[in-house]
Amino acid sequence: MNTRERLINYGLPALALLGLFLLWEWASFQFKIPRFILPAPSVVARSLWQWRSAILGHAAQTLYTTLVGFGIAVGFGLLLGWLVGFSALLYKAVYPILIGFNSIPKVAIVPVLVIWFGIGTVPAVLTAFLISFFPIVVNVATGLATLEPELQDVLRSLGAGKLQIFRKVGLPRTLPYFFASMKVAVTLAFVGSVISETVASNRGVGYLMIAASSRFDVPLVFAGLLVIAALGVVLYAVFAILEGRLTSWAYRR
Amino acid sequence: MGLTYRAKDGSTLALEGVDLAVRPGEFVAVVGPSGCGKTTFLKLTSGLLLPTKGTVRVEGEPVRGPLKIVGMAFQNPTLLPWRTTLDNVLLPLEIVQPHRRLYRRNRAAYREKALDLLRSVGLEGFARRHPWQLSGGMQQRASLCRALIHEPDILLLDEPFGALDAFTREELWLVLQKLCMERKCTTVLVTHDLREAIFLADTVHVMSKRPGRLVARREVSFPRPRGLEVAFTPQFLDLYQGIRGLIGEVREAP
Repeated sequence: MNTRERLINYGLPALALLGLFLLWEWASFQFKIPRFILPAPSVVARSLWQWRSAILGHAAQTLYTTLVGFGIAVGFGLLLGWLVGFSALLYKAVYPILIGFNSIPKVAIVPVLVIWFGIGTVPAVLTAFLISFFPIVVNVATGLATLEPELQDVLRSLGAGKLQIFRKVGLPRTLPYFFASMKVAVTLAFVGSVISETVASNRGVGYLMIAASSRFDVPLVFAGLLVIAALGVVLYAVFAILEGRLTSWAYRR
Repeated sequence: MGLTYRAKDGSTLALEGVDLAVRPGEFVAVVGPSGCGKTTFLKLTSGLLLPTKGTVRVEGEPVRGPLKIVGMAFQNPTLLPWRTTLDNVLLPLEIVQPHRRLYRRNRAAYREKALDLLRSVGLEGFARRHPWQLSGGMQQRASLCRALIHEPDILLLDEPFGALDAFTREELWLVLQKLCMERKCTTVLVTHDLREAIFLADTVHVMSKRPGRLVARREVSFPRPRGLEVAFTPQFLDLYQGIRGLIGEVREAP
């Protein structure tokens, strides 16, 4: 990457973010918006610093439940995606169920999970899992189902069995689809964790925000929002880098 | 090797009463108008499809599924985009026995062999490239290498040069001729390019439009190796005109 590209790739987003904060700061000052409605970024930053150790602990909890839930979603999503993509019959049988399941707002499931597992880590992990496995299944299944028959013929003409065709063609073919879905799924997993924490937990950024808002400490609520957004961006970037490394052929680099 | 079969594909009758025998080491070309079932014919020969009626026999044994002693090159290069050219050529060795077993032990020797093969088709220096970094002609060369790496007894070619420009095509005719003369493998080439068929084959079979039937057979006896100038001799042109006339007739037949 040359200097110009680096400037565009890193400088431009940083500049846009700075611009957004400046506009926000200016607007809250100009229109005298009360801090319990919309606190200015400087106020949020102060609150972030003031509560840094508490925020760090809650953020670690949220990150933990998110990653565990996401990990389960990756394993389950890959397996189900492969199965569904591999067999047209299974695809037809299971797809409506998956769509139906995905249509249910996950916040409606949290109370059920609380009845089963109590409050805290477990429902947060499960909500993160439930909300994030769907895109993985759909993408992986699509990757397999759209496998070119010509590529299969190449292997069949060599006498390869179904499993060999899957290993040599199906699996590498689904990787770009898989990584694309991981980027979406990891941000969804955050949404799941935080939803569950706001409803049923006494730990995590979601809980922190609910607790803060009940005290009308709106700057702290916004501090929590910023932390979640930052974590989401970081994880997205991690998977984007992984994607670039492992499936560079799909992007012809 | 002898092939005899009648075949039907779903509701459309693709091939009917196709009888064809190929001698070991012979280069056979099947020509016909497009959509006449040439590809179906080749897929039956390789065992990718099974005939509705009749049997395909290879070395006396009826074909019941994809054959391992066959190397196949398709209309499209069908290289795997995530593999380098070299790894694409090595693919059959990861699947076909006994190479699969041997390949795990003598990886270096097999790589050397693949590189030799790539060199012989003029792809040295492109082994580490990915398919999308190669031109269409280069991809088709790599596809030929892949069809030959496991030293098949039978080479099946499904219009492998159909998508290439005339100059590249003629260049690859020479490459293919050289490879076939070295390997002495039995080759079945399916094509709609008459000059290609006459230039490369020992025997040219003419297929009618769908349902495909073999309607004529012509021997081509030019000595090998043939140079491109053969294509301008009167004998070549006579053959060409004759077969062209036949195809014209079958296209117009009701």
